[in-house]
Amino acid sequence: MTRELAIPELSLVVLIGVSGSGKSTFGRAHFRSTEVISSDFCRGIVADDENDQAATPAAFELLHYMVGLRLRAGRLTVVDATNVQPEARRALVEVARAHDVLPVAIVLDVSERVCLARNAERPDRDFGAQVIRRQRDQLRRGLRGLQREGFRTVHTLGEDEIDDVTITRTRLFNDLRHETGPFDVIGDIHGCRAELERLLVELGYDLTRDEAGRPVGAHRAGRRAVFVGDLVDRGPDTPGVLRLVMGMVAAGDAFCVPGNHENKLLRAMRGRNVQVTHGLAESLAQLAAETEEFRAEAARFMDGLISHYVFDGGKLVVSHAGLTERYQGRASGRVREFCLYGQTTGETDEYGLPVRYPWAEEYRGRATVLYGHTPVPVPEWINNTLCLDTGCVFGGRLTALRYPERELVSVPAAEVYYEPVKPFPANADTAGSVARRDADVLDISDVVGSRVLETRYQKRIGVRAENAAAALEVMSRFAIDPRWLAYLPPTMSPVATSARPDLLEHPEQAFEYFRTEGVGEVICEEKHMGSRAVALVCRSGEAAQARFGLPGLGAVWTRTGRSFFSAGLTAQFVDRLSVAIESAGLFDEFDTPWLLLDAEILPWSAKAEQLLRDQYAAVGAAARSSLPAAVAALDRAAASGLDVAGLRARTAARAANADAFTEAYRRYCWPTDGLAGVRLAPFQLLATEGAAHHERPHSWHLDAADRLVTADPEVVAPTRRLTVDTTDPESVAAATQWWSELTAAGGEGMVVKPAANLTRARKGLVQPGLKVRGREYLRIIYGPDYTEPDNLERLRARGLGHKRSLALREYALGLEALDRLARGEPLWRVHECVFAVLALESEPVDPRL
Amino acid sequence: MIVLLTISTTRVPATDLGFLLHKHPGRVQSFAESVGTAHVFYPESTDERCTAALLLEVDPIALVRGRKGPSGDGFSLGQYVNDRPYAASSMLAMALKDVYRTALTGRCTARPELVEIAFPLELHLPAVPCRGGAGLLRDLFEPLGWAVEATAVPLDPTVPEWGDSRYLDVRLTGQLRVAEALNHLYVLLPVLDDAKHYWVSSDEVDKLVRAGAGWLAGHPEKALITRRYLAHRRELTQSALARLAEVDDTDPDELDNAVDGAAELDSPDRPAPLAEQRRGAVLAAVRASGARTVGDLGCGEGVLVRDLLAERGIDRVVATDVSARALLIAGRRLKLDKMTDVQRARLDIFQSALTYRDDRLAGLDAAVLMEVIEHVDEPRLAALERAVLGHAAPSTVIITTPNVEYNVRFDSLPPGESRHRDHRFEWTRAEFARWAEAAAAQYGYSVRYLPVGAEDAEVGPPTQLAILTKVVT
Repeated sequence: MTRELAIPELSLVVLIGVSGSGKSTFGRAHFRSTEVISSDFCRGIVADDENDQAATPAAFELLHYMVGLRLRAGRLTVVDATNVQPEARRALVEVARAHDVLPVAIVLDVSERVCLARNAERPDRDFGAQVIRRQRDQLRRGLRGLQREGFRTVHTLGEDEIDDVTITRTRLFNDLRHETGPFDVIGDIHGCRAELERLLVELGYDLTRDEAGRPVGAHRAGRRAVFVGDLVDRGPDTPGVLRLVMGMVAAGDAFCVPGNHENKLLRAMRGRNVQVTHGLAESLAQLAAETEEFRAEAARFMDGLISHYVFDGGKLVVSHAGLTERYQGRASGRVREFCLYGQTTGETDEYGLPVRYPWAEEYRGRATVLYGHTPVPVPEWINNTLCLDTGCVFGGRLTALRYPERELVSVPAAEVYYEPVKPFPANADTAGSVARRDADVLDISDVVGSRVLETRYQKRIGVRAENAAAALEVMSRFAIDPRWLAYLPPTMSPVATSARPDLLEHPEQAFEYFRTEGVGEVICEEKHMGSRAVALVCRSGEAAQARFGLPGLGAVWTRTGRSFFSAGLTAQFVDRLSVAIESAGLFDEFDTPWLLLDAEILPWSAKAEQLLRDQYAAVGAAARSSLPAAVAALDRAAASGLDVAGLRARTAARAANADAFTEAYRRYCWPTDGLAGVRLAPFQLLATEGAAHHERPHSWHLDAADRLVTADPEVVAPTRRLTVDTTDPESVAAATQWWSELTAAGGEGMVVKPAANLTRARKGLVQPGLKVRGREYLRIIYGPDYTEPDNLERLRARGLGHKRSLALREYALGLEALDRLARGEPLWRVHECVFAVLALESEPVDPRL
Repeated sequence: MIVLLTISTTRVPATDLGFLLHKHPGRVQSFAESVGTAHVFYPESTDERCTAALLLEVDPIALVRGRKGPSGDGFSLGQYVNDRPYAASSMLAMALKDVYRTALTGRCTARPELVEIAFPLELHLPAVPCRGGAGLLRDLFEPLGWAVEATAVPLDPTVPEWGDSRYLDVRLTGQLRVAEALNHLYVLLPVLDDAKHYWVSSDEVDKLVRAGAGWLAGHPEKALITRRYLAHRRELTQSALARLAEVDDTDPDELDNAVDGAAELDSPDRPAPLAEQRRGAVLAAVRASGARTVGDLGCGEGVLVRDLLAERGIDRVVATDVSARALLIAGRRLKLDKMTDVQRARLDIFQSALTYRDDRLAGLDAAVLMEVIEHVDEPRLAALERAVLGHAAPSTVIITTPNVEYNVRFDSLPPGESRHRDHRFEWTRAEFARWAEAAAAQYGYSVRYLPVGAEDAEVGPPTQLAILTKVVT
């Protein structure tokens, strides 16, 4: 008869058997080849000889290392080695425990005769019979103690059973990934039965009662409750709470994880020596009044509770005291300890309570973690974790979170049932409010090193370590507080190079690109002669403090995250913008306490005056001084009969170019004094609370911008634009004409974008915009003489591939940052995208593009 | 784009100049240079007066392409649009050397007797970039026997408030040997320019010794000439950081300034340089703490790290800085690649930022933040406190920072200016104490203070030092 062996889905399977007992064959038959690691293989790797016994220590070092890596990744692993010695097994049990994985032993109990016969068939195994005999002896001696050694499951297979076995992988008890909710996760109850009843009713559950009128169940179609533990102790009716919760769990209407109080109560009920404090006495007294049968049932219930649950495909974890990512879905003594008591530092505070380690502030897991254990006045999201213990028994509230809706529902305590050791700020006004507190210190491992980010718009974007290193320096030394810095704009590619004799860029290549990508309608926006800026503007100081945890009304920053203005000017500027947004009605319309704007700040000289002086004006000054002297010298040489005509003509042309160059940069300077003369030209409303807006058409964004212009025309500048049908030659011609006029009048050029905004084509994202710069503007980019035919010809060879790819990667990262911001994800999740944009910006690309 | 140099003489017959320069006055000659073409022609050549013009016609595109050189991916906007094509700088010096090679070495086979004659010479350079202005120009050329006439070129006549550019229209007159004159220009043009980002080649010391033979050794500005001549030829700094600066239309130096070699200000009566006194005080505090594992957070170029490694009581040193460049220099100075395994095992050196939590800093007995906090924006100090005091939480934290009250004692420091351009703040003793005490209270430390450097009765010591000690409960 086929024997069925059950092993946990995530376990370390240790095969035990003497040489020749068929371990490798067994491993091959029942496991994937990648799941099995054999000591012979490791010997081969370290010594080029699978039977070199001298290589055994190094081979096992390698084996343990590989096992550890697999277990860390949560992969079932099978060890194919004799494992007949207790030391060998102990080392493996330790590896399993270090990764909180259950060790399983499968013993192949094969007779000495068969093993000897098998080894004899293999020429590479020339060890004698005494070796097999010794291994058999060791195996037999060890068999009985395997459970004691730490193996949770032991399967022993006789010679006749080995060939007729099936292995069944069983889910861990904590694995409820197939349960997708919706759930109502309920915080610490501590015997507050009346509040629990009210909360369940509030949540829409129908209570069922026994003949004595006591609630014994609650049901709401399509929803399940999840209790985070600490049902018992301190409060007025521990048995009543147990009765109700036990009924719900039994009926399949609820799940429940244990709290430390259940654990202790159970030990007390079993007569263990426990200190009767912290409200345990009340529970024991109340339970004494119950029937023996009820007490036994309650004890059985509490004993059977599983330390924590992983729900909804791994997206939700519920545990009494929270759970770090590496323990989720794992099983070990210390996992259970963490679930019950949290992470403590071993110290105690001034009230004699254990000092808790702020694991949530370091939490970087993808799963939402809901827990209780530590009473908080108001539930706060910290890195996607939420504590639901709002101190009901101390006169606070009993709180539940609706999942996946993430809505809080709570009821106030009828009275203070128990005086806390540490004062608890009972405050009935906090009903339903939830705060967010992201750790204001990010972790270096969130950003440095070689990293790969997953975005919704482009899978897997890589950041190289050296680029991250440069970004780290700028981010930490020069950038504004990361809590403001929710976004950095992506770089933008120019159009493909024009083939026209006197130009490098022309609109026709932009229209052609978008047409080829299947985009019919594009919008041309004038390219402002300023500096790119992002502005985060809050409605009020309180709103800023609540959402971003920072003083002030917001921030304005550059493409590398540096503050655009000094602190004082920033405050003035943001205040003024906030007023404009208010009077334009945008805060109300989007029901948002803040707005994130993508914009240009004018004039360019407001930020780049030093650059203008040191680089551009300097070029003009040097040229003005050198060229006339050179022309004069050449004139005299010509007069004395030397043939310098060609050189003189070229030099004279250069003088004209230098003048044109000077004209070009001068257009970017106008005097500003403080904020007087500084203007913001917004062109995208990137995000508001709960929503990123990159899928709304540009016309929508520009309409919003126009309303800001109307509200404060002095500070907010409009963006001129033109909508173009790329398939209509007349429309294209009109746009080309528009560009020619803009640039002829000294304008910088225009940006062509898909009118619908975010656009995908067959090959992925379409460029969000292409810049088409004017001929004279390009002089300050490519140098005064770039228009000389010989120079232009060589410049046409510019390659755009890298720039285009970079623009899309940065665009995808920027959108991901906005999505995460809008979803209210933890700071580090937004920051890693923003940081990656900055890192990519340090990639070497021709800066003239 | 062109650069011009004219050399004139009035020694009859002036056309002898042609023999010395090895260039015939009746011809227009062209020479291919790596950056373009150099032309030599004579605007005038009579017995009374002869002028040779060297006109370097720079090819801006070839200039960029030729520059991709050793560092490979060197991209920076400043390379494309810059004054090099017009300004008399190292490019002109190079052309000078190529075109007038023989003259520069003082040989003249046709008329060897001319070589030793001091000619009345007039040199004209219409755009000489000069960091240090006309004053420096005079300091450099007058001791060599030149009369200097320099006119500042305005930056932009339409924007008078911008003032003068760094260019001078320069005329030098003097009675000198032609070879001498050429060697002066060859060495001093790059020195005046003091540009940082242009790579020339490696064996520069030899070249300087050759070209400076006979005049550099006795020059009063010898130190400055040597430093600038060699310094501007340092590696092309096309770092990733420079690219980030240009994304923001910013001078790369503004960001890449963690290592700028600026000389530190010293107190008027200095028994030992302040930096040395500070390291001494820090080491004393480290020793007093009994720490065996010590972090130097913000280690810069690693001067303190070397001292810490020399301490017998210290088992392990963790050195971090946010600047990758600083770490590179620190690694070179500490000779990481030549350390024995035992030495190397005592040192961990890596990039870290104090506004980010870093688990690698856990387990330090003491951490030193020497002249670090003033480089962090004040609003970001809370993050630093949390990362260092809250997370890394060493038993002892030693922090030094300038005492701004003392600034009045630095004669060379204009009133109101900070000691370093990257200082985000400089605190009085009271301000430092207020900050240190609040941070210490929040994270469970006690504080005591030490003066560093001679304490002034009125304004205190030049540097203030705080020792934070973790309170054990």
